[in-house]
Amino acid sequence: MPGRMNRVAVMQALKKRITNEIVVSTYSCALDWIAQGERDLNYFSHGAMGLASSHGLGLALARPERKVVVLDGDGSLLMNLGTLVSIAGQAPKNLVLFSFQNNAYEANGGHPIPQANTVDFPALARSAGIPNSSSIQEIGEFERRLPEILQAAGPTFVNLHIEQGPPRAGGGYEQLYTEARRAALRRALA
Amino acid sequence: MTKTAKTAVAVASRTLSGAAIIRAVKDAGVEYVLSVPDLHTSEGVLKRVANDKELKLVRVCKEDETIGIAAGLSFGNKRALVLIQYTGFLYAMNAIRGVACENKMPIVMMIGLLTKEPDVAPRESSKFGVRITEPMIDVLGIEQHYIDTDDDISKIKPAIEKAYATSTPVALVIGRRPI
Repeated sequence: MPGRMNRVAVMQALKKRITNEIVVSTYSCALDWIAQGERDLNYFSHGAMGLASSHGLGLALARPERKVVVLDGDGSLLMNLGTLVSIAGQAPKNLVLFSFQNNAYEANGGHPIPQANTVDFPALARSAGIPNSSSIQEIGEFERRLPEILQAAGPTFVNLHIEQGPPRAGGGYEQLYTEARRAALRRALA
Repeated sequence: MTKTAKTAVAVASRTLSGAAIIRAVKDAGVEYVLSVPDLHTSEGVLKRVANDKELKLVRVCKEDETIGIAAGLSFGNKRALVLIQYTGFLYAMNAIRGVACENKMPIVMMIGLLTKEPDVAPRESSKFGVRITEPMIDVLGIEQHYIDTDDDISKIKPAIEKAYATSTPVALVIGRRPI
């Protein structure tokens, strides 16, 4: 079984490198990302599980001059696997899709995803047509590779093996998508 | 008006021009068309879109993807048309509920009523899926416009403009197969 990173540690490392990128996050990833601090260029995918990467694709197409970084969950990605093909079809150079694989539906009671510990997300992404696909298991490797991942021409897919956190049923996800945050993002992209 | 002229008018009003639909969509500032193929609008609209140099066609695998992509595009100040058939609308209802309705996003959906009988009102169709589509749109509280003949095409631009001005979804329901 691959090593596992702590998701908060991953977010902390990401925070150090993020500058003017649009960051699209969802559910548990969103809670841990927003805990790193408010920023106008945050976008929260809420309302329908699985669509974070689709929101990110729309943003990447609309704003090709700006990098879009998606922080998706493994359960969320499984709900919308076709997104990998759709992203490959559009091939936006400015899109980075991180999949946080903890092998569980943390937002739904901590139940395992189908084929937990077996499903190979980078292989799925590669076969969908995203050759720049890889996985990371150690925080040191994540910190070391992150600058290049953010700089490289995409689309880029990186699967992050992380520890499962505590179940977050009713975790306040709906409060991530506030009018104030939406307005701030619109102003930042105006 | 002569009898011949009256007949010509009646015939003209019983067709729906795909080219005119596309003109109306472009006049409303739409740059992106997001689609899973719909046999109902395949020839009249989607094939034209695919060959239109001013429109960017994004082909996706499932209809709910279009809802997220359209939302993302709108934050980037780009307008999109979601071009799907009613089965895709029914499939994507949760995404439409969450993203378009509850999160109040300007999602413009053009929904083809595949297999609807000509000159039969959708709610009176013998096809169950066709019959329930307009009521389902109503249940979601989404404004809808029925586009069945060329006379209805004038509804398209204002509907799209309103959706983006008010950040609300709208459904353009295609009754007759566009030519």
